[in-house]
Formats: sequence, structure tokens, C-alpha cells
Amino acid sequence: MATGIRDKVAIIGMGCTSFGERWDMGAEELLIESFQEALQDAGIERNDIEAAWLSTCVDEMHVGKSGVPASIALRLPNIAVTRVENFCASGTEAFRGAVYAVASGAVDIAMAIGVEKLKDTGYGGLPEFGSAGTYGVGTFMQPNFTAPGCFAMLASGYTSKFGVEMSELKKAMAHVSVKSHANGVANPKAHLRRPIDVDRVLNAPMIAYPLGLFDCCGVSDGSACAIVTTPEIAKKLGKKDLVSVKALQLSLSNGEEQQFDNWDGAHIVTTTVASTKAYKEAGITNPREEISMMEVHDCFSITELVTMEDLHISERGQAPKDILDGFYDIDGQVPCQVDGGLKCFGHPIGASGLRMLYEMYNQLHGRCGERQLKNPKYGLTHNLGGFPIMNVCSISIVGKYDG
Amino acid sequence: MVGITSYGGYIPRYRLSRMVIVQNMAWLFPVMMGAAQGEKSVANWDEDAITMAVAAGFDCMSGKDRKAVDALYLASTTLPYRDRLNAGILATALNIPAKGVASADYTSSLKAGTSAAISAMQAIESGSNNNVLVVASDQRRTKMANMSEMFLGDGSAALLFGKEDVIAKLIGHYSTTYDFADHYKGKAKDFDYVWEERWTKDEGFKKIIPEAISGYLEQTGGKITDYDKVVYPCYYAREHMGIAKQLGCDPAKVQDNMHAVCGDTGTAHPFVMFVAALQEAKPGDKILLAGFGQGCDVLGFEVTDKINDLKGPVGIKGSLANKAELDSYQKYATFRDLVEVDLGLRSELYGNTALTTLWRKRKMLLGLVGGKCTKCGTPQYPVSGICVNPECHSVNCMEDYEFATKAGTVLTYTGDMLAASIDPPAVYGVVTFEGGGRMWIDFTDCALDNVKVGMPVKMSFRIKKTDEIRGYRGYFWKAVPQI
Repeated sequence: MATGIRDKVAIIGMGCTSFGERWDMGAEELLIESFQEALQDAGIERNDIEAAWLSTCVDEMHVGKSGVPASIALRLPNIAVTRVENFCASGTEAFRGAVYAVASGAVDIAMAIGVEKLKDTGYGGLPEFGSAGTYGVGTFMQPNFTAPGCFAMLASGYTSKFGVEMSELKKAMAHVSVKSHANGVANPKAHLRRPIDVDRVLNAPMIAYPLGLFDCCGVSDGSACAIVTTPEIAKKLGKKDLVSVKALQLSLSNGEEQQFDNWDGAHIVTTTVASTKAYKEAGITNPREEISMMEVHDCFSITELVTMEDLHISERGQAPKDILDGFYDIDGQVPCQVDGGLKCFGHPIGASGLRMLYEMYNQLHGRCGERQLKNPKYGLTHNLGGFPIMNVCSISIVGKYDG
Repeated sequence: MVGITSYGGYIPRYRLSRMVIVQNMAWLFPVMMGAAQGEKSVANWDEDAITMAVAAGFDCMSGKDRKAVDALYLASTTLPYRDRLNAGILATALNIPAKGVASADYTSSLKAGTSAAISAMQAIESGSNNNVLVVASDQRRTKMANMSEMFLGDGSAALLFGKEDVIAKLIGHYSTTYDFADHYKGKAKDFDYVWEERWTKDEGFKKIIPEAISGYLEQTGGKITDYDKVVYPCYYAREHMGIAKQLGCDPAKVQDNMHAVCGDTGTAHPFVMFVAALQEAKPGDKILLAGFGQGCDVLGFEVTDKINDLKGPVGIKGSLANKAELDSYQKYATFRDLVEVDLGLRSELYGNTALTTLWRKRKMLLGLVGGKCTKCGTPQYPVSGICVNPECHSVNCMEDYEFATKAGTVLTYTGDMLAASIDPPAVYGVVTFEGGGRMWIDFTDCALDNVKVGMPVKMSFRIKKTDEIRGYRGYFWKAVPQI
């Protein structure tokens, strides 16, 4: 009987570049920046790393195929480097590879590193999915979509299902963005660091109905890195107040949303599944009470809104109320997007999951300065890759080691 | 008895008032004022001769068995492929069986539709075929501020020929052939080269049409006064009526040339006018149809009482009624690619089209044929090897299931300003179908403001991809919200 990942692996070092339009740097240089910070934090040598996972999504735009670009850029000692890609869950997927390698006993120390250089495309928004996001026969059928459009459809589904006026839903969505911007102001590594107000969000130009400019996250370059080992080795290395992995779950669409008649278009099936499994793995019975903080995949405000319900923290149909009540604000009961979220960091795809873990890890270590939360116990990260109708969801829960 | 067993029509939804053209272009060519009456039909940016032919074909076959069609002819001067059977795309979209079906493109003349009709009836008379579908369709691009821009509209019409349940039986037919080039379109040219109007009227319309009709009457032993409706295209109003006078035909019996409502639809126009006439006809009426272009075809029909039983098609009448005003000349010029607009870097193409995939999945992609699980009955699209129903998951159990004619409903939608589109925002969403199944699909012929969750949609065959580098045009289906 499988026992799950809880407390089998500890994070001993993390690094994260500042995110933004890093015109002066390519993916290789960004990798070095997050790697050096993580090595220093872990207090180990490069040669102590026995296996690595590299996450990138739109590799055509920067590093190319395979793990070689990371191996060369970081001068890794001829170890296994595996490149992974699983839409926007890529970063967490790399982390999962490293964590499972350590948990299996195959290696003592493993690394996950993610990078994306999005600002070499020549235009705004995520790279066109014409080559990257479609699959074989899908190119013949899929609509002329972009990421904001795909997620915007959730809003029409949500208003229809719960009988909410779009103007009311838009106010809750606006609060999501305003709250994240307020958090991002306090984060020197965030890309967007200006506060915004609800009026500005509501009056912004339309990107994909009903999503306006400020309902969409930024587009940035960045890299993040995690080094993991067993709690026993971590202690031998002199680490104290260990942060350990409590749960790691992935859930993928199987085509029912797209082809069967059981999806309402107002929530994310995979998030519902992955979060249920993650709470069980972590031993959490009441997430609304027990989760101390979250970094969720707020690619768009509506995504964060429905995610609050899919994570079983807000009741179905109640996320707008919780959001407007400040439940997810920095001083609310479950602060969400403590670091500013994708909203302020942008979404260099391969790095995002690891960037979220970076904040949770630092919060658990009490290193977050003016945005430090009081004594957090569990931090949850969530990625949603693909589109509501066809996606990959990853959830990780980290916390203080109980062993 | 050989004759027509059904008809169909399709006039695109957008109409452009000719005054809008005048307001924008008369500064360059004031003569256009003379033809500024009414409106012309304008194909949406994702429509062409093939897509309109599919629409007219479906209309014609509504209530008829598409599996019984054993020959299919597509007539047009604006076919997108010079070597790739355009009628083959039409046949696949209509999900007409591949085996035992002959098909051909009739092209290079505006009378190609009537010529195809004669061939169709000859094939039936000879016993080679039983049910022949002939679709005529044209979407002619014209230069800005050319008289053609005023006269020409876009449209399509279809006639099904057979021996059973004939609604209009063939009386006879007669043809002439002349190399009369009042206009021509040379190899690889975008636009017609048009000779002087006065000559076209005097030596063309006014001579060639009356001569052919007289020839027909002589051959069939009839008089013009035997006919209740006389249908021939001529976009010059005075000459249109002048021809009737020459023939001794009561002007009231001349079918309207539809200049005011859609303009001259080229190869489709004899059929378009004829279908409009059929929709008003009574049993016993005799209708004369002429097609003009490098000669003339003349066909005579007598309407039977079976016409009262034909209820399926909306025809030209229904199609004309479904309209929306296109109030911007700039939008029209952009739809027709007459001006170079910047669609942004996102519009740049990535790679070619896998013709192998298109072949393998032709039924699914061009015919919108999905699967219905033979074990649990769940309709699904796209077709997969394993049934999508979580209670079933049977393997390799799908039978063909046509979605093209199923009624749908909007589940979710958006209007995307970021997507590169000729007519932003790009509207798309999820559609659920009556009887089961759903699709995530482009919407078309709609403004975002008019779309609502729960709104009914109909499926329409449209241009999906234009690859200028490789000269490729790809098609797929889109949902048309029924506003």
C-alpha cells in the first residue's frame, strides 16, 4: 500500500530570479541566477547534485529540446538531467521528478530547475499556440484561441450556472487582481509592482470578454530552482526547521470536459480531483481551516476565482463572496498570492511552479520581510496548464517537517 | 420523367448598401452612382465559393437522402483549387458516399451551372445516374471602384436532378457557344479584365441571350408566351427588360435580376434567380432558364404538383431574409483582402498542413462526422478509439454520427481581442448538441454583443486556414449563433 510523499523529502535550498522583461538575459543566464542562489541556500557543492529535472514549456523559443541546455549552462557533473514539459504545470512536474527520485532512494540530493524566456517572441501575451500548444489533428479543429480567451469562457459558464450578473462577477474578479497587485508591491522580485484599484481594473481595455487587461497576468522571463534531499540527510547537513513536502498531486483531463456532457464550463475538473488527493496525502481534513497560505495559478482573475471553489476552500458559488469579504487577502484567513502571484510575476511557464514553492518555502522559514505571514503551517501551490476544457493540474503542499 | 427534385440556396448574411460603396469610392469613379440602388450580398471573410456551395448543398438536400446522390457537379469561376477537385471537398463536407459517385468541377464560364445541369439531366436520361446534385457558387473579388464592385454579389444555389418526385420536369434544352469575351480572368490574375459596357450590352446580352432562347423555342416547338417565368441574368436593368421586349415576353414574367437585394452572383446567378422563381411557382407553371457566358444555355421546365410537398429547403427566399448590414466599406475591403491590414505577428503561420492527417480524418474534419458509441449510445466529437462516457469506455465501438445538421446550444463563449483575426474579436465557445455531444469551436456570422449562453446555433462549413505561402486553403466547421 502506497504511503504517499508526506515528510519523505525536504527542501534544503531554493533560488528564484527576479521576474520581468529581462532583455539582457537569455534562458541560460537566468538558469545560472536561480541555480547559484539555490546552491548557496542549500550550502552544498554543484557536484553534490546527483540528478536534475529541467522544466520548460515553449522550449522552441529559447533553450530547445532535452536536458542538455541546463547541463551545459550549469556545468553539471555529467549527471542525469531530464527535461519535462506538462503545460503550465511544468515547474511542479520537475519538482515532482526530483522529489520522487529522492523518496525512492535512488539518489540523495536532486534538483528541479525551471526557466522560460518568453520575451523573445516579438509580441505580447504567451507565444502563439499554433506550433506549441496544439496536437496533430487538433490544429484542424481548434478555434482561433488564445490563453485569455480560453479562460474567459469560464466567466460565461460561471454567470450562467450560478445566475450571477457579469457586472457582479467582474467586481469579484477585480478584487482578485487588486489584492495580488497589493501583495506584489512588497516583493522586490516581482515584475509588476504598482498598486491598482477596482475602477482601473473595471475600466481597462478588453482582452477577451469579459477579461480586461488587469484580469490577465503579466508576461515575463524568469527561472526558479529547488534542491531536495531526505530529512535525515538535511539534518546531517545541519539544516534546522525543515520544510518538507506534504503532498504532490497531478490530475489531467481525459477528454470528458471536451467530449462528454457532464462538464458545466464553470469549474476545473482536474483541480477538484488533485486537491482532494493532495489533502488526503498531506493529512489535511479541513483545508479552509488548515491551509495557511496559497500560491494558485492566477493566469487570469477568473481562474483564481473558480480555483478557490475547486480547491474546496470556498463553497460552490461562494468564491465571489469570500473574495470580496477579503478572505484571501494578505490579512485574510487564507492569504492567496502572497508574493503577488502570476499577476505580478508573469508566467515564465517552466519556472512558475517553482517560483510559487519559493515563496511558500521562504514564508515557512520566516524570511519574507514585510509580507511575512504569522507562523504559517501549510502552504499550497497550484498550477493549471492548458485550458479549462483540457488541462493539467498540479498541486503541492509543503509545510514544517513533523518527523 | 427527368427533372428537378429539390432546390437549395444560400445568400451570405452580410449585405452592403451600394450607397456605402459610393460614399467611399465615388470620388474616384463617379459613374458608379448609376448602379447605386439597393444592396449586395457579401461573403464573410471565412466564406468562399466552396463554403457557400456546402450551405446551398445542405439546404437542397434537407429532407432528401444524401446517400442516394450518385453524381455531384460544382460550378464556379472562383474555385480555390486549380488542381484538387473542388467538388471533392464539397462531397466530403456533404458526407456523400465516396464509392460509386462521380463528381466534377464545371468552371471557366458564368454559364457553367446551366451547362452542368444539362450534363446532369443527360446522365439521368441515359440511365447512368439517378440523383445528380449540381451546385453553382461564386464569390468574385472585384477591384475597388470598378463597376463590377457595384454589380456583383456573392451567393450559391443548388438543384437536385432525378426521376422520382420531380418538382419541375425538363421540357428541353438548347445551347450556343461563342468566344465572346466581355470579360476574362487570365492565369493567376486576381481580377477580371473587363471590356466596354456598351459593347457587352449590344453584342453580348442583347444578341446572345435572345438568339439562344429563340433557338430553344424553335427546337421545342413552343412560344415565349407559353412560359410563366423567364429567368436570365443581366445586371444592366434597361437591357434586362429590353431582352424581354425583343422576345415578345410580358415584362411581368421576367424574373427580377436581384440587383437590389444581392447583386449578380456569377455562375450561381441563373440558379439563384431560378430557385427564387421556383419558390413562387405553382404546379403547371412553365419556367425558362438561361445561363449566359461565352454562349448561352437555355432550359425549359414545367412545375409539377410535387412542388407543394417540398418543405425542407429555405432556398433563396429564406436565405435573403437572414441578413445583417455590413456598414463599413473598410471592413468589406478587408474581408475581400483588397487592402493590406496588419494582423500582427501572432497571425504568422507556423508550418504547412499535414495532408496525410487530412486524408485520414477527412470524414471527421470536412464532414463533421463524429462517433456514436454502439455500446452506450453516446455521441462524441472528435471520434476516439475509446468511448468518452466514463461508465462505458468501450474500445473501437464507434459508428458514424453526423453533427453538421444537429441543432446546438451555446454553453460558454468569449470574444478574443488577442487572437489574430480578420474580424476581431474572434468569437468562440463550447457548443452542446441536441441528442448529445459537444464541441469547442469558432463562432462566425455574429457580433459578440449578440451572443448569449443558451442561444441556439447551427453549424456552417467555413474557411479555417489560409496559407498564402503554399497556396493552401483549409476548411472546417463553425457555429453560427441564431441571433
